[in-house]
Amino acid sequence: MTVPALEVEGLRHSYGGERHALEDIGFRVMPGAFTCLLGPNGAGKSTLFALATGLLQPNSGRVRIHGHDVAQAPGDALARLGVVFQQPTLDLDLTVVQNLRYFAALHGIGRREADRRIETELTRLSLFERRGEKVRALNGGHRRRVEIARALLHRPSLLLLDEPTVGLDIPARRTLIRHVHALCAENGIAVLWATHLIDEIDPATDHVVVLHRGRVRASGPVAAVNAETGCATVAESFDRLTAARPVTDVGANAEAAA
Amino acid sequence: MSGWWIAFQGIVAREVLRFVHQRERFLGALVRPLVWLFVFAAGFRAALGIAIIPPYETYIPYETYIVPGLIGMIQLFNGMQGSLSMVYDREMGSMRILLTSPLPRGFLLLARLLGGVVVSVLQVAAFLLIVRLYGIDLPAWAPLTVLPALLLNGLMLGALGMVLASTIRQLENFAGVMNFVVFPLFFLSSALYPLYRMEEAGPLLWWLCSLNPFTHGVELIRFALYGQVDGLALAVVTGATLLFAALAVRGYSPARGMGSRAPSAAG
Repeated sequence: MTVPALEVEGLRHSYGGERHALEDIGFRVMPGAFTCLLGPNGAGKSTLFALATGLLQPNSGRVRIHGHDVAQAPGDALARLGVVFQQPTLDLDLTVVQNLRYFAALHGIGRREADRRIETELTRLSLFERRGEKVRALNGGHRRRVEIARALLHRPSLLLLDEPTVGLDIPARRTLIRHVHALCAENGIAVLWATHLIDEIDPATDHVVVLHRGRVRASGPVAAVNAETGCATVAESFDRLTAARPVTDVGANAEAAA
Repeated sequence: MSGWWIAFQGIVAREVLRFVHQRERFLGALVRPLVWLFVFAAGFRAALGIAIIPPYETYIPYETYIVPGLIGMIQLFNGMQGSLSMVYDREMGSMRILLTSPLPRGFLLLARLLGGVVVSVLQVAAFLLIVRLYGIDLPAWAPLTVLPALLLNGLMLGALGMVLASTIRQLENFAGVMNFVVFPLFFLSSALYPLYRMEEAGPLLWWLCSLNPFTHGVELIRFALYGQVDGLALAVVTGATLLFAALAVRGYSPARGMGSRAPSAAG
C-alpha cells in the first residue's frame, strides 16, 4: 500500500475562544498528485499550513508526512517537506544566492552541493542570471519563483504552497502554475496548493480539497467532486459547497486519494 | 561535515551578512558609544574622580573607566536589536523558514543567538580600534583577553533579548523595551559610575545595581580587558545566561502574534 505524502487526520485547532479555526478535518494527498486546497479567505488554509509545518500545535488530531508524524518526529517529517508560505519569507537585504545558501545550510547541505543544487533550481525557474541580485530588486513573480526554488533545494517529496500567486499578475500566475505542475509530473512531487481562485485548478488532472469555515466540505478528483455535488463545473461546486445557506456536506472528510 | 555544524555556520553567516548589508545599523552601533566617550566622558572627566579600584592599579581618567561600560552598551543594544529582529522576522515570516528546518528548535534558536553574539563582537572590535586611536590606554592583548567575556556577556544579553522577544506580541510593543529594560539595565549598573559611588548615593541604589546582571557583565569585561577574572561576575553572568537561555528556548513560540495577525491574512 502506498504511503500518502500528506495525511491529515481528525485535525482540530482553536486560537482560543469558542470558534475553531479547524474542526476535525481529514484528507490525504498521494505521491505525485497535484491537489488544490480550495477555500475562501478565513477558511483555515493558513492554519492548516502552520499545523503541517509544526509552527502550531493542534488541539487534537495529527498530520503525517510520508508516514512521519509532524508532532512526534518533526525532524523526519520536515526533512521531506518543502513550503512556500503566503507571506514572503525571503531576506530582502541578501542576494538570491545568499538566501538559498542559508536555506540549504538549514537542511545540512554543504556549500559545494548547495551551489550545485542552487544552479539547477534557478536554471529550471529561469532565474540563474539574477542569482547575484538582492531580493529587494526582484518583482513579486520572481520572488515567488525564488521561494519555490528554495523550497526544492533539499529535494522534498511534498510541496506545500499557501496562496503562492497572491499579488502576481496573470502571466506570472500562469507561469508559476505551469512550473509547479511540471515539477509534479516530472519529479513525482506531491503538491498541496492552497488557493481561493478557481481558475488555478486544472479540472482534468487536479484533485481538490474544499475547505470552508474550518471543515472539509468535499475532496477528491475534480470530476468526482462535481459528480457528488451534481454541478457541471468546479466553480459551481465551490459556490454550492461554500454558500452562505446550509448545504449538505458532500464527501466531507473523504480522501483525496489518487 | 555534520548537518548541525553546516546549519550553525549558515545561521551565523546570515546574521553577519545582514549586519554587513545594513550600514546604518553598523554606524549606529558605533556612533552611540562614541558619543558617550567623546562628549559625555569628556564632560564628566573633571567632575568625577575615580579612586583606585580593581582591576586598575593606578588612577585612571574617566574615559578609561567607561570603556568596559560602553562595550557592555554595544552588546546590550545588539542583544535588544537581535530580539527586535526576531520579532520582526516572526512578523515578516522569515523566522518560519528557520523553524521549519528539521533540526531541533532549541538548537536553531541558540545558533541564532550565537550569530547575534558574533555580530556584537565585530562591533566591539571596531569600537576598540577607535578607542586605541583616541589614545585610551589599554593592554596590548586586551582584544584577545576580553573575547571570552564578550562571548559570555553577549550570550546573556542576547538570551535576555530572546526572552523579551518571546513575550512581545507585536513589533509596535517593542518601544516599551527601551524604556523599561534597556535604560534601567544601563543606568542602574557600574557602566558609568563605580558601585562605591552608588553606595554613597544610597543603599537601595547600590542594591539595585548589585543585583543587575548587566553590572556583572560590565565587570567581567572590565577585568578581562586587563587579563583578570572577576569570580563573582563570572558566576552571575554564567547563571543568568543559563537561566535566560532556558527561558528563551522554552518560551519562544513562532505562533505568537499569529493569533492577532495571521488569521486575518490567512486563508
